[in-house]
Amino acid sequence: MDQSDISSALQQRVLHALENKTQLTIKAGGSKAFLGQRVEGEAIEVSQHRGIIEYDPRELVITARSGTPLSEIEDALAKSNQMLAFEPPHFGEHATLGGTIACALSGPRRPYSGSARDFVLGCKLLNGRGEIASFGGQVMKNVAGYDVSRLVTGAQGTLGIQLEISLKVLPRPAASITVSHECSEPGAIASMCGLLSKPYPVDGACYDGERCHVRISGSAQAVKEARKKIPGDVMNDAKSFWQNLREHELPYFHHKSRLYRIAVKPATKPLHIDGLWLLDWGGAQRWLYSDEDIATIRHQVALAGGHVTIFRGGDDEIFQPLPSAMMALHQRLKSSFDPANIFNRGRLYANL
Amino acid sequence: MHRRQLISELKSFLPTESILDDAEDMKPFECDGLSVYKQLPMVVVLPETIEEVQRIMRLCFVHKVPVVARGAGTGLSGGALPHEHGLLLSLAKFRRILNIDVDNAMATVQPGVRNLAISEAASGHNLYYAPDPSSQIACTIGGNVAENSGGVHCLKYGLTVHNILMLKVVTMEGELLTIGSETLDSPGYDLLALMTGSEGMLGVIVEVTVKLLAKPERAQVVLAAFDDVALAGEAVGSIIAAGIIPAGLEMMDKLAIQAAEDFAHAGYPRDAQAILLCELDGTNAEVSEYILAVRGILTRSGATEVRTASDEAERQLFWKGRKSAFPAVGRISPDYYCMDGTIPRRQLSHVLKQISAWSAEYKLPVANVFHAGDGNLHPLILFDANKPGELARTEEFGRRILELCVEVGGTITGEHGVGMEKIDQMCVQFKSIELAQFHAIKAAFDPSGLLNPGKAVPTLHRCAEFGAMHIHHGKLAHSELERF
Repeated sequence: MDQSDISSALQQRVLHALENKTQLTIKAGGSKAFLGQRVEGEAIEVSQHRGIIEYDPRELVITARSGTPLSEIEDALAKSNQMLAFEPPHFGEHATLGGTIACALSGPRRPYSGSARDFVLGCKLLNGRGEIASFGGQVMKNVAGYDVSRLVTGAQGTLGIQLEISLKVLPRPAASITVSHECSEPGAIASMCGLLSKPYPVDGACYDGERCHVRISGSAQAVKEARKKIPGDVMNDAKSFWQNLREHELPYFHHKSRLYRIAVKPATKPLHIDGLWLLDWGGAQRWLYSDEDIATIRHQVALAGGHVTIFRGGDDEIFQPLPSAMMALHQRLKSSFDPANIFNRGRLYANL
Repeated sequence: MHRRQLISELKSFLPTESILDDAEDMKPFECDGLSVYKQLPMVVVLPETIEEVQRIMRLCFVHKVPVVARGAGTGLSGGALPHEHGLLLSLAKFRRILNIDVDNAMATVQPGVRNLAISEAASGHNLYYAPDPSSQIACTIGGNVAENSGGVHCLKYGLTVHNILMLKVVTMEGELLTIGSETLDSPGYDLLALMTGSEGMLGVIVEVTVKLLAKPERAQVVLAAFDDVALAGEAVGSIIAAGIIPAGLEMMDKLAIQAAEDFAHAGYPRDAQAILLCELDGTNAEVSEYILAVRGILTRSGATEVRTASDEAERQLFWKGRKSAFPAVGRISPDYYCMDGTIPRRQLSHVLKQISAWSAEYKLPVANVFHAGDGNLHPLILFDANKPGELARTEEFGRRILELCVEVGGTITGEHGVGMEKIDQMCVQFKSIELAQFHAIKAAFDPSGLLNPGKAVPTLHRCAEFGAMHIHHGKLAHSELERF
């Protein structure tokens, strides 16, 4: 496992950019480059800033440099029978910890265990003034100062370069099975939402257009007990199903057209937008391949109280536009971290 | 602005009974749960609608009047301490549960709704709101969000930040913002995380949508006694290393055990040096499986006694002892000062030894109550405020404990917040770059600095003075820290 700390080189690079008024595009594995608007600027490469700094399984915390490959982190955790419970998608073999947290992507377990930001405990951030600052820490309960490390999570690098990140980790469940049954979309939504008020250790629920799949994970007894109460047949290749769902490698994701990510309340009735649907997160995250225009889709989804991301195949307005007061607040926040607006300008929103 | 003019403008749109300007009427608002700090505000207002809050904020913004928001006033760090020249905005009348959405497992409530009332309202649907600060009978959800409150079940279920979805917030300018959404994420920056725990510095919370969880089928608690605190600490790590995440994992030391036992008659072993309470929840068979495993681990870790609550009544009793630890300690001492640091668990033994040494040095007894699962330590320093100099000694002792928490890689506050109380310790935890960033964030929300001024984040000037003072007395825990 490589250990290399290039924080001072990165800092020099930022100071130089600041002096020369150049914009920077933060780059590491490039696995999530598709997610976001095109950014002008010189690449600042973070991949070489890597290595696990501290990992004590008994503390349930790992701290690593942002360029550390995500797979290296998962391998280290697996050796102690632990995991990143938000099941982050890699979307490519070069995925890094930094990119994962900057994009705040979470996998099928998200509604049941929490999101990427839920597991962030602290970070060291190189800001747009070329300063290195530490926020949060390596303990689970910490309310000293504003929660900057979670604010930066999902900010797509627009607030600075994360140099180090501390995450809470969890034990891997002792047992897991998936049960699935054939049903309609409304039927799947009803049964997935019905599970929210049941005490079973469900940690994944998906409707693929034909069948509703429910993953049950926990202690051997808990899984056995819940199996009796949740309808469906046991799925044989469950592990690869959830892995392929997480990584967008199910046959559903083989389409080449635009892929929309639609976030709605899980019990939202099927939306009347033509296209191919797949429901993950128990109905709270819905994928859609559709030829409808984006304005129509956004309008329909907004009526249901949700929001839309053009996940693949978009060029502008990838993320749901913000109301003007909210955009103004975003701009002021951005400028509090990066006053010269050198980092990933326009990646989230054109005027951010 | 002149007080009388402010009050007369408030009277133009608020009913008379929503304005308190008489010293006697304002007295209940002079402090929060940290009563060593007291201050009467210029005026107290108790609006009933979001529109009223917006008008109050606009008025204060125009006239540059500081605003301090307040929920139930159970906070323990002086975060709701009024401002001498400011308006105290009580959200006590925002008491309605607006919606329990069973299908989506969420509830929308006004900020003055009590924490426990949410779970009570959801109970019939087999749902509950997970964070349970020990003041949950009285504390309100608005204050919980402002402080990012925890409780005894954080290790498994997280803090407030992990259990809320959406906020409606009124800015200092009187603008109503929706932060977060009813979906599991929202576009743009994660302002929901930023608002949570921001101690009333960024906006006034006027509505909260929380996530509800399915009530576990069964909860059971195992009590273990140890004749050595260090062994109890080790046992905590061993449970977690075994892949078990208990719903609650609490530790108490001898003085806390005895005080709690005398108060609650919980059946605690009075002669133990430490006890652990380990709660396991989930489905019936799952809990049985975990109890077996945990009992084995505790025995192998050197517990002198391991007891599983025989029934629900005994489980409640075990918890009653723990939850009444603070008032119990209050009975054996004229006053006590509750600290709230978090440490990496492996440092527990080292930190407790040091606290015990200081306790002897300052001649002030300490009872330790510890959210052991997540490293959140609550040393209660026993003192008598009527004895000259004892409060000052207590505060100094407390400061050293917090600085020790930082030194071992922890933090000065796990769940009580910074408020007024820990403002100087912020200078120990953070460098000037970080504090400057906090001020810049504050300015992005509240450029005029009128929201809860003087709390949560110290000025760089204050830290410079604090640093100088500390070096002068030679008490700085770690001199390698950057000073300014």
